[in-house]
This record gives sequence, structure tokens and C-alpha cells, in this order.
Amino acid sequence: MIWRIEIKDKKGLFDSAGESVRKDILELGITSVKEVNVVQVYLLEGDISSSEIEKIASQLLVDQITQEYQIINSSDPYPQDSSSKSHRRVEIAYHAGVMDPVEESTLKGIRDLGINGVCSVRTARAYTIKGPLNSRELDTVVNKILSNKLIQQVVDGSPLRRKKAKFVAAGKNPKIDRKIVGQHFQLNIIDLIKAKDRQLKEISLQGQLFLNLAEMKAIQNHFKRIGRNPTDCELETIAQTWSEHCYHKTFRGQIRFQSRENGKVKTTLIKNLLKSTIVKATQTLNRPWCVSVFHDNAGVIAFDEETNITFKVETHNHPCALEPFGGANTGVGGVIRDSLGTGLGAKPICNTDIFCFACPDLPFSQLPAGTLHPRRIMKGVVSGVRDYGNKMGIPTVNGAIVFDDRFVGNPLVFCGNVGIIPKDKVTKKVHQGDLIVLVGGRTGRDGIHGATFSSGELTGESEVISSGAVQIGNPIEEKKVLDGLLQARDRGLYRAITDCGAGGLSSAVGEMAQDLGCRVDLEKVPLKYQGLQYAEIWISESQERMVLAVPPNNIDELLAVFQREDVEATVLGEFTDTHRLELFFLGCQVCDLDMEFLHQGIPLITKTAVWKPPQLKTPRVMESADLTAKLAKVLSHGNVCSKESVIRQYDHEVQGSSVIKPLVGIYTDGPSDASVLRPRLDTHKGIALANGINVRFGQIDPFWMAASCIDEAIRQIVAVGGDPRRIAILDNFCWGNPDKPDRLGSLVRAAQGCLKAALELGSPFISGKDSLYNEFTLGKKSIAIPGTLLISAIGIIDDVRRCVTMDFKAEGNIIYIVGETKAELGGSIYLETFEQLGQEVPQVNFKQAVKIFTAVHSAMEKGWIKSAHDCSEGGLGVALAEMAFSGGLGAQIDLSKVPYKSRERRNDWILFSESNSRFLVEVSENKQKEFEAAGGDIPLAAIGRITKNPECELRGLSGEVCVKARLSDLKEAWQRPLRW
Amino acid sequence: MSPNVNVIVLRTAGTNCNEETAYAFQYFGARVEQVHINDLTSGKQKLKNYHILALPGGFSYGDDIASGKILANELRLSLGQDLCQFIKEGKLVIGICNGFQILAKAGFLPRTPSQGDLKDLKQQVTLTYNDSGRFEDRWIHLRPEGRCVWTQGIDGVIYLPVAHGEGKFVPRDQNLLANLRKSGQIVFRYCTSDGKKPIYPENPNGSMDDVAGICDPTGRVFGLMPHPERHFRVIQHPFWTRLEKIDGLGDGARIFENGIHYIQSHFFKKLKLSTAGVSSSTQDDQ
Repeated sequence: MIWRIEIKDKKGLFDSAGESVRKDILELGITSVKEVNVVQVYLLEGDISSSEIEKIASQLLVDQITQEYQIINSSDPYPQDSSSKSHRRVEIAYHAGVMDPVEESTLKGIRDLGINGVCSVRTARAYTIKGPLNSRELDTVVNKILSNKLIQQVVDGSPLRRKKAKFVAAGKNPKIDRKIVGQHFQLNIIDLIKAKDRQLKEISLQGQLFLNLAEMKAIQNHFKRIGRNPTDCELETIAQTWSEHCYHKTFRGQIRFQSRENGKVKTTLIKNLLKSTIVKATQTLNRPWCVSVFHDNAGVIAFDEETNITFKVETHNHPCALEPFGGANTGVGGVIRDSLGTGLGAKPICNTDIFCFACPDLPFSQLPAGTLHPRRIMKGVVSGVRDYGNKMGIPTVNGAIVFDDRFVGNPLVFCGNVGIIPKDKVTKKVHQGDLIVLVGGRTGRDGIHGATFSSGELTGESEVISSGAVQIGNPIEEKKVLDGLLQARDRGLYRAITDCGAGGLSSAVGEMAQDLGCRVDLEKVPLKYQGLQYAEIWISESQERMVLAVPPNNIDELLAVFQREDVEATVLGEFTDTHRLELFFLGCQVCDLDMEFLHQGIPLITKTAVWKPPQLKTPRVMESADLTAKLAKVLSHGNVCSKESVIRQYDHEVQGSSVIKPLVGIYTDGPSDASVLRPRLDTHKGIALANGINVRFGQIDPFWMAASCIDEAIRQIVAVGGDPRRIAILDNFCWGNPDKPDRLGSLVRAAQGCLKAALELGSPFISGKDSLYNEFTLGKKSIAIPGTLLISAIGIIDDVRRCVTMDFKAEGNIIYIVGETKAELGGSIYLETFEQLGQEVPQVNFKQAVKIFTAVHSAMEKGWIKSAHDCSEGGLGVALAEMAFSGGLGAQIDLSKVPYKSRERRNDWILFSESNSRFLVEVSENKQKEFEAAGGDIPLAAIGRITKNPECELRGLSGEVCVKARLSDLKEAWQRPLRW
Repeated sequence: MSPNVNVIVLRTAGTNCNEETAYAFQYFGARVEQVHINDLTSGKQKLKNYHILALPGGFSYGDDIASGKILANELRLSLGQDLCQFIKEGKLVIGICNGFQILAKAGFLPRTPSQGDLKDLKQQVTLTYNDSGRFEDRWIHLRPEGRCVWTQGIDGVIYLPVAHGEGKFVPRDQNLLANLRKSGQIVFRYCTSDGKKPIYPENPNGSMDDVAGICDPTGRVFGLMPHPERHFRVIQHPFWTRLEKIDGLGDGARIFENGIHYIQSHFFKKLKLSTAGVSSSTQDDQ
């Protein structure tokens, strides 16, 4: 029997969900909708009496104070469908196979009522849209706001068909009866040995393996040697292990790099890009506080006597392009599992999330087919991050949003997580005989081919062929895993752990067993529903799962710990000493691979990379005498403007650790440079978190983009009080197709910039990740994203009570600029407001930068600095305005005092140059002498004073007023664009 | 040795403010245990062994269906009798954010004097979706009133953060609201920084009558949407860098201290007399 329960708000109450939809419809330019009401629909199936259904509805599903319900049974006449042109009703449900996020907990709630006959719960939402709407408009609303056809569908048809259709469509997900699963299964052997090149390519393409011909041939040769054909499962395992996503072929392979500069052509052979740049910087710096770098799921640095800090940033770009909420949701979930899978498991303490989107006001007419509108992507991504982070109870404390229209088909979503781990839990080692235990969520068809999918380019058809790669997370499942895991860790119940991420069990178990070998019985894996093939079980990327290596003696205690947290834990097999990956399904062997071939057999490919500086036009910009309007315009730029509407949706204070919040100042709405946390509630030791990202600099020279990003990330941490000698950094490269020499050339150039800047500034890399093939192909046209480097930085702060925020503190204090301003306007926001890129990208004077960071830090330690802000996008002008309105105090500034090195004496250049290594700092009059003396030979100058008058007044090089603006106007310009 | 105030911080799938809530009680000398509800329902742990029950913030069972709803039912159906007894014995209960949603939806708040027994408990108020339609984390001002043992001595406006998507207080009807006011069961209202009538975002969710926290008729069962454990120290204040004094306790600490003091003065009086001269370990640091 199927029951349908509809729940809606009582009359007279404000329907906030409906109102949000109405606003979204208005944003589409459809102005006729007056009101939207939302009805929550539950579909319950099972052996349930009418009194039981009444009880479920009244005691569980409805809020008696604000809502009312209606029960409809499949034999009742359905209430007349009241849809008309002025009154549309649309119902949206999930596709079969897509996890309904509320099913599990609703079933629990029903069982708690003492009702055990319900076997399935599915939900849907019905929207009543009031106001005239034609069919085309309705279609737009449904596709652009109410549903994503990858995971959802409109339920239509006559009332009776509607119910039936729903149940067929929504499907039921009966829990699996393991005896039935695959009793009759067929072992699939792929005829590889005899295949010709063309067939090899076809096998790779049809299997979505994304293996190139050389790789397919290496596999063919291997199987020729052992005299048999591979099973599908073996081929899938190799494809996953060798995928760009998992193996990082580009960074670890050979590159023939040709650089064409100043008419000279120089060719070098790079043996291993990662080792010769990123890793080399860390090895050379050899910092004693780097505990574990590059080899675990996250980098580990020392924190205090008892604990270390872990940090990892991942990307989840392709899934977010297709299903922004689910993509971002599982992106956050995935990087949290990286922390859980570092050492013997770190406790996650904060998240950081950085996004790159096309501009939110992009006209729909310019949207390539098969892509979602950037506004929709942004809202979905933010919601996905909010949902997972908030529900896991992990504060999201840092981030950035970059807008550039080349991200239209391929947004970037970086998700980072910081963890804390006891010093004695950092190392892990699997022993022969340890049991392989899978804990967490059940396995379904979710995310099949995610690892290989992200190693190819997106196309207009990606949304159709790769829909299996899309999934929705279940943060509460992961929270339960976390709760159980930390108890098991502290009791020493397991010897090693890793997360199931891209590649699923194949990647997790394959990695853990790399040096030993293993034997797994795939039918033991708990499934969400029946019908999965053994190979699907092996490579499924279902979320919220971890793999443990457990000594047999501890297994009972371990299983009991997880049982108490209502988490499934299952023994799948054991680690052996055979150096083989042996998989069985119902006693039949489905995979028998040599570990050495699997992990070392990939053929070394030499890629070609070419770098030549782009041909750029000299910027042509007329300088206005009055730069007030220009300052407002720069403040309104998407990259500069306030992100408050996003930040507030994230719980940035859970765990009680926040010291410097992302929003600071007297009105708690100013933009902090970095966030500071106290990971342990009983000490004042802290960490600071910041990031550097700038895609426009990379259009001029990726080398200086990399140096600038590192400089920016470090100076933001210094700006809040971090010690420049205790900063570790992470790299995330997101680039286009590395098989195209120009894309790879700029990637190499950026990596070289990373090496140079990290070495000179003294900040080691501790972890990183690359995501390549970020291109969107439509027909013959290929849109590559601008090569994007994200530098994430983490610093240790001995006493958070000495931290400084960026808001002006007191009238009369002196405003200094520290660092040198140059006519480096290339890639600046200022030039972008004229739609120009410019030529002179900001460089870094490394020796001077180190001196500046050291001087600013020591002045902060002495308490001389009352506020500090780094000058980055928008330059001095933006930094000054932000400090002023965040503190509710004005400023009088004389630009002629700014240390400025150029023959082009222009006020706009000084105001908006984005030269690196610069700070604005506030010093009280009585500390002026000490501060200046301590500066030594670094360029610094008093450029003005803080005033009570709520106004910024700037005088130019010849003494004339060039900016005069009220704080309220500057703030409005800064807040308005993303006040959603 | 002074006797311990025993605090149970109840957690389940999705609870996430348990650590910092436990810390706040520990700071004032309590012995705190964070207990999974499965251990209470299985009988492994007993509610009666504690003096204070704290229901911390989080997303119990994902807040699926509605915030706190599933745990509210579980609490009422599996532990309702024990909890009624707990309250009858004069012990204390505090629900913060998700904990408040749970107490309200299980009918333990606001409770009228006529609802003495478990069978009479009925949901009378709710915390529903914010008017803004979304989760918001922001700092708000609160004006104390009413008769609640948890807020004794808090006289002026205090400053705490809220972080929720479903915090709009809605009573069954206006009569109930009037009665709550009369009986001193409204404990906190949102207000402006100088204690005046707020508008959004000072009232961050559209709560009726700006209600942010309520208590039961005894004043011992207390629920509030804001997070006092997140302003436990001054250094958690959003602009502590502008303040003179940065060491010491923040506006929320007093609530936890009140709970501990209440138990000490109501449950340990006799013991205290017999061990005269031994001061409570919770008195320092003030």
C-alpha cells in the first residue's frame, strides 16, 4: 500500500521557502508571479494501517503549530488538479537510484513511533505558482530553478497516474537481501590480447576508461605476458589507478619544456615536474616543523606539545558543473574524509572554500548549451558547502570567490579542511593478516567513473553520459563515522586508515595493500539496493566510507564502537603477503592483479610544453581628476565586493574556536584578511588561515601569478599576526588540457614560480593537488579555463591575544603604507574596469618582501600596530576604504607620500596598483618613532591620519583632492553587488 | 572535596556543539559526560545519575523532516518518563539551538502548570524556518526578562551569536504568548544594542514578539536559540580587538555558572555544611 502525505503551511503564516522561489523567478526576469507556495510530499510504502498513517503524519511529519496535512491513499479519489494558467502546480521528485537524503532518518522516526511496517520513504516537493505564466515560462522556472534533470524530474500526468508514475520513477530502495545479490552473475572477460589499436581505443572509450593508446598497449602487453585476457574489473582497476585524477601523470611524468623568451628558445627536459618544483622547495627549506609532507592524504605540521595540524585542499570541479549542490556537498565531504584518513585520523576543525564562477549577471543568451547559469551554479555550490559543513559541525572560516566568464562551462570549486591530530597518531602501517574493514555508508551506483570522468574534458553531452558521476552527500552519516572513528583511534583499535574517494574501494584498498597484497570478497560490501555488478561495487564512489586495517584481535571491540554510533562496519577481507590484488565475488575470482604492475606499470609519457609570453597591448586609460567614482566601481567588482551573504550562511563559529572571524569590525561586516582559530579551548595557541588566487595575473605571466599568490597568502596571515617563519602552504593547480602544449607550458611556468617564491619567502609546500582537463568542449570550440593556481596558507600563532584586525581603531592614529608601490597595473581590477588587461604584472622583490613581513610581524608582537590590512585586488584604494568603513572612521591621505617607483606620476596608478608585499597599518602617535626606526631600510611612509569624520579624503601628487567619499557610499558600493 | 555537579551532555547522530558545551560546564568545575542517546535508551547510562541535562546544538538526525523533530519524539517516547522525573526532582535542563528545538517539539517547553505528567505534554510552540529563508550565522543582542534560574544576575543587554535556519519562534496562539509573558517564562528577547525593539537582522529570524528563549514554569528548564557557549570568553567576541579588556569570560559564561551554582546550593547544602570550610572548586577565576 502506498500512502501520500502532503504537508503545507497553515494560512496566514509566512512561507519563506516559497518566497525564496518567488525571488529566484523574479531574477529570471519573469515578473508576473505574485506568490509561490511549497507543499512537502511524503510517499510511504509498506504494510501500514490508516490509524498508523494518521499517527505518522500527526506526530512526526507535521509541525502542529505551523503546518497542516492531508493523507491520500492510492484508492482515494485524488483532489481535483487545480492547475490553470494563473495557478500552476508542479511537483518535483528525485530520479530512481538517487539517494533521497531524508529517507533513512524518516524511517528511524517512524520506527521510534512503534510502527515497523514502512519499507520505503520517498519525498517530493509540490510548488503552487500564482500569477499568469505561459508554458514556456513555466518550463524555464522548472528547469532553471525548481529542478535539475540529472537528479530530479517533474511528476506529471493525471492524479492517479501521477501516484503510480511516481512510484515507478522514484523507485523503492529496499534494503538488500544479501543472499539474492548476484546469485547468477556473469564474469565479464574483455578480449584485449587480440585487439588492434583501433579496438583498444574503442574499449577505452566505451568503458569510459579515459586510457590513451600507449596505456592500453601496456595493459595489453602485460596480459599477453601472463597469457590471458583481463576481466572488466581488472581493467577498471587499472584505469582508476592510472587516471590523471589518481596518478597525476602530468606532474609525475616527463615534460619537454620549450621556453621562448626575448627571441631565445630554450628547451629543457623535466623529469618530474612535481619533484623538481613543489617538492624541491620543501626539501630545500627542510623545516623541522614539517611532520609529514606529500605522502599522506593531507600535509601535517607541528602545532603544540601534544598535537599536530593537518591541511588539505581538493577540487570538485566537474561534479559542480553538472549538479552544483551535490558536487559541492560531496566535495566538502570528500576533503573532510582526507583529514579523517590522514595518519590514524585527524579531527576536522575548519573548512575553507574557494570558488571560480562566470559572472552572475551573464545573459542567458551567452550561455553555452548544456551548461547551467553561473548564478544557479553559485547558489547551488554555496548551499552544498553550507549543508555539509554546517551539519558536520565544522566551521567554514575562509574562502574567496573569483569571477571570470571563462569559467562558464567549467566552474572551479576548491574545498579545504584543517584537522588536529595527536602527535602519536601520525603514522600508519598495514600488517599482513590485518582485516580490511569498511565503515560508513552503503554502496550504490553513485559516482561510477568519477575518477576517470574528471580526467577528461567536459562536453555539452557530459550531463547525459556521465550522470552516474553525480551524487548527493549525507553529512550526518559522515558525522557518525567521525564520532565513532575518533573513539576507535584513541583506543588504538586499527593500524591504518584511508578514505574512499575517487575510485572508491579500488583506490582505497589498492593503495593500502600496495606493499603487501590483499584479498577481498566483494559480496560482503553492504549495498543500498540490489543489482550492482561486482565491478561496480569495486569502483563505486558512494560517499561517507572509510577503509580500516584492523588487527584480528581488535575486531570485536571495533565493531562494537561503530555499532553504538549506528554506523555499519563490515569485514571485507584481509591484507596478505602475496603482492597481488585478489578480488572474489561469491567465491569466484574476478580480479587477480600484480601490485607492481598496477602501481608501477604505467608507461612514462613525455608531454610537450611551450611557453611564450603573450603579445599584450599597452593599456590606454585616461586618468580622471576625480577618482571617487572609480574607487566605488573597483569596490563593486565581483572579486572585491562583500561576500557577506555567502559567509553568513556558513556556520563559522561552531566548535567555539573562532578568534578572528571572516567578518570583523565594529559592525561585524568588514573583510578579514585571514581567519584565526584556537583549536583547543583551553589554550591561546592558534592557527591562521588564508589564500591567494589571481587568475588575471596568470594571463600575463603564470610565473608571477604563482609568486603573487604565495606573497598574498603569506601577507594575509602576517596581517592578522601570524609569524612569517611558521607558514606552510598548499598548491592547487586547475588547468586546461595538458596534452595541449600551450596549456602545459603555462602550467610549468607557474610551477617554476611556486618553487622560486616558496624558497625565497621561506614557506614550504606540505600538500597539493592538481585538476587538469578543465575545458569545456562544444562542437569544435574548446573553452579552457584560465590556468588557475590556488595557494592556501596556514600559520601558527603562539598567542592569539596579540592578533590584529583590519578595522580602523581610533581617531588621530597614523596610517602607514609598508612596501613599495610600482606602476604594475597589469591584471589589475582597475584596468579590468576599462576592459583591459595591461602588460606589467606585479612582481615580487623577494628579499624586500621577507624584510617587510618580518618587520610587520615584530611590530605586531610589540603591540604597536592597531590595525593592518594587506593591499591586494583594488590596491591601496580598496584597502583604505575597507579599513575605514569597517572601523566606522574616516581618513585623510596624501598620495604624494606613498613610496612609489615609476616615472609615470599618476594618482590612479598609485591608488589602484596591485604591487605585492604591501600593507596599510595603523599606529598610534606615541609609537610612531619606534615603529619607523624598527622599519630599517624597508620602504614605509606615514601617508595620513584617521579622522572621526566618516569620510575618506585623498589628496593627489600635486596636492589636489582626488577622492572625497562618504563611508556610507563606499560601503554601499562594496556591499550592493552580492547582497542576495 | 566538594561533591561534583554531574552534567550529561546528550548527543546523537548529527549533534555537533557537544564539545564546547561540555567545556563550558567543566570550566566551572562540573563533571561532564557526553553520552550518546543509545546508551540511555539501552540502559547503559541512567539519566537519574546526573544533575543537569544539556541538549547541545547541531543537526540531530540531519534535522530531516523538521529541526529537532526526530530526536524530540525519541526523547518523549523512550525517555519521557525519566525526564519528567528528572525535572520533578528539581534538576536542571538546558537546550541550546537544536536543543531548544527538541525541547519545544517534545512539549517540555514551555509547559504550563497543568501539564504535570508526561501524558499531558503537547507541543505548544515551534521554531520554524527563518523569514530570510536561509541559515544565518550572526551576532545579536538579547534583553533578559522573566524568572529563569539560568539567567539570574544577567541584568543588561548581552551579546551572543545565533547560527540556525529554523529559529523563528511561533506560539500556538496569542493567548499562550500572553500567558508566557505573565508567568515570566519568556527569558530572552532579541533587541537592538541599546535594548530597544529590533527589526531584521537584530531579530534574525522573524520570531514572534522577538522571543529568543523561554523556560518552563519552574524556571529550571530553559531553551534558547543563541549560543552562550560561543561567547564563553571575551576573545570570541566578534570585535574583541576593539575592546579594552580581552582576557576573562564572555557574556554567555554566566548561564553555565548559574546552572552549576543552582545545583550546588540546592542539592549540596547539607553536604556543604558537613564539609564546612572546603570551598567549591568552582569559585575561583571570577
